[in-house]
Amino acid sequence: MTLSVTLRHAFPGFALDVGFEAPAGVTALFGRSGAGKTTVVNAVAGLIRPAAGRIVADGEVLVDTERGLFLPPHRRRVGYVFQDGRLFPHLTVRENLLYGARFAGGGAAELGRVVEMLGIGLLLGRRPGALSGGEKQRVAIGRALLARPRLLLMDEPLAALDGARKAEILPYVERLSAETRLPILYVSHAVDEVARLAATVVVLAGGRVARAGPVAEVFGDPDTAPLLGLREAGAVLTARVVAHDEDGLTELAFSGGRLVVPRIVAAPGAAVRLRIQARDVVLALREPQGLSALNVFPVTVAQLHSGEGPGVMVALKAGDAALLARVTRRSAEAMGLREGLQLFAVLKSVAPAPADVSAML
Amino acid sequence: MSPWLGPAEWQAVLLSLKVAAFAVAASLPVALLVAMALARWRFPGRQVLNGLVHLPLILPPVVTGYLLLLAFGRNGPVGGVLEQAFGIVVAFRWTGAALAAAVMAFPLMVRAMRLAVEAVDPRLEEAAATLGASRVWVFLTVTLPLILPGILAGAILAFAKAMGEFGATISFVSSIPGETQTLSLAVYALMQTPGGEAGAFRLMAVSVVLAFGALLVSEALARRARAGAGP
Repeated sequence: MTLSVTLRHAFPGFALDVGFEAPAGVTALFGRSGAGKTTVVNAVAGLIRPAAGRIVADGEVLVDTERGLFLPPHRRRVGYVFQDGRLFPHLTVRENLLYGARFAGGGAAELGRVVEMLGIGLLLGRRPGALSGGEKQRVAIGRALLARPRLLLMDEPLAALDGARKAEILPYVERLSAETRLPILYVSHAVDEVARLAATVVVLAGGRVARAGPVAEVFGDPDTAPLLGLREAGAVLTARVVAHDEDGLTELAFSGGRLVVPRIVAAPGAAVRLRIQARDVVLALREPQGLSALNVFPVTVAQLHSGEGPGVMVALKAGDAALLARVTRRSAEAMGLREGLQLFAVLKSVAPAPADVSAML
Repeated sequence: MSPWLGPAEWQAVLLSLKVAAFAVAASLPVALLVAMALARWRFPGRQVLNGLVHLPLILPPVVTGYLLLLAFGRNGPVGGVLEQAFGIVVAFRWTGAALAAAVMAFPLMVRAMRLAVEAVDPRLEEAAATLGASRVWVFLTVTLPLILPGILAGAILAFAKAMGEFGATISFVSSIPGETQTLSLAVYALMQTPGGEAGAFRLMAVSVVLAFGALLVSEALARRARAGAGP
């Protein structure tokens, strides 16, 4: 199952011209506000009619302006989880959940499964007005799922929530992609969300596709870093849980060696994704001694990217894994950083936040 | 029938209820369509339609009644066609009283419904569409339930207005006891009759009760609509 999108659309003062393919799994549509993300998902859902373009989901053409084809939203079987929930205020949670099931022929068994997966069993009799922001979004996700979509759109579903509520929902979204096998187009402007959830990322900037590809590849590319925001830039690694130590740390193995991070919730042997922010990585020409940082591993400089500012983004190879380090131009010159140079990367164990680690299901 | 309303007075009350009920029932679907059009659609002539709807609110009722007589009288352009094609006569009939009441109450009904339609978030309707609901189904299951309190409030307000309509009715269909003499016209007629004050007072009491009841129900529905549309 894939989604293929080519679109051209113009608003006053803004032009959108994008084309990308979203394979199965979670594809993040990433970009700052005003980059055109919502316009793209609205076109996929059929809520706007693009000036020109072609959208094909799972072999079915949803829009083809050349052939004058436009499938109305209710015939697309495209689930949509909106940023603001948009639950029907006059219906109970149960009635909201079952709204789309009527057309999809979903049974009571499916309702039970979705309710259990999202943990909303106790809310069924309530009205949306009596729900918290996080509860509303979980109900909205369930409502979209029960309409049995072939594709799920999520437009910044966590943007309206505070940190604690986000942490409450994220595991459900992770389970969602794993358990439903639905292709998900996930709109976000938060790097940590994308790194945690998506396998593929399409970076939009100024109405165009700036980069697209696997998350590890795109986020590990120093040229992409300015698009993400330099403070937020960081590579995404895949690692395997080796052991949970008694002192509260978890040992991970990745292509470039071993990593020690604060305890994460995953069984030994499980694969996890770990985002390592470029500003947390320290570089050393010789293996440092007497250091409090627990993670020191050999790396090779793959590429240097300096922009306008005082910093340099250094792309590193650690085994097969790509890593980013942000250092000052002054350090880069003093150390003589160049492509192919072998050195050591240092990472404090406490640097990755719990939100930077996610279990891969 | 009643311990204190005379047969003629009772007849006027019943006629008023009949006229007002017909006026509201017949104009409600039209008013809803007009309210939807004014609230949602952009089309040429929208301002003209808006003006036409509000005309009976601004014109002196006697003028509205006279215009109705010109148009719907047996020799009028509309009335003539109605009579020849369908055998329908409204001039000086209770149906004419209902027409006059409907025209006079129409702006009130449209205003209440339009406010209700404008309060509905169109993004909820989009959400329903993405869940597989066709336009008609979206209207029936999302839009209509959300504007229902507004529709009822508008209908009740229009009913109260129709019950009390005087000027347009008397100039269009006159004041024929048992046919077009509604409550208000009956009160006026009794006031003109020596010794009719007692009857006039009794009818006034009835109309005060009916009007107040309608107002209270309408306010309660409007409150419910506001509560329902909230978060």
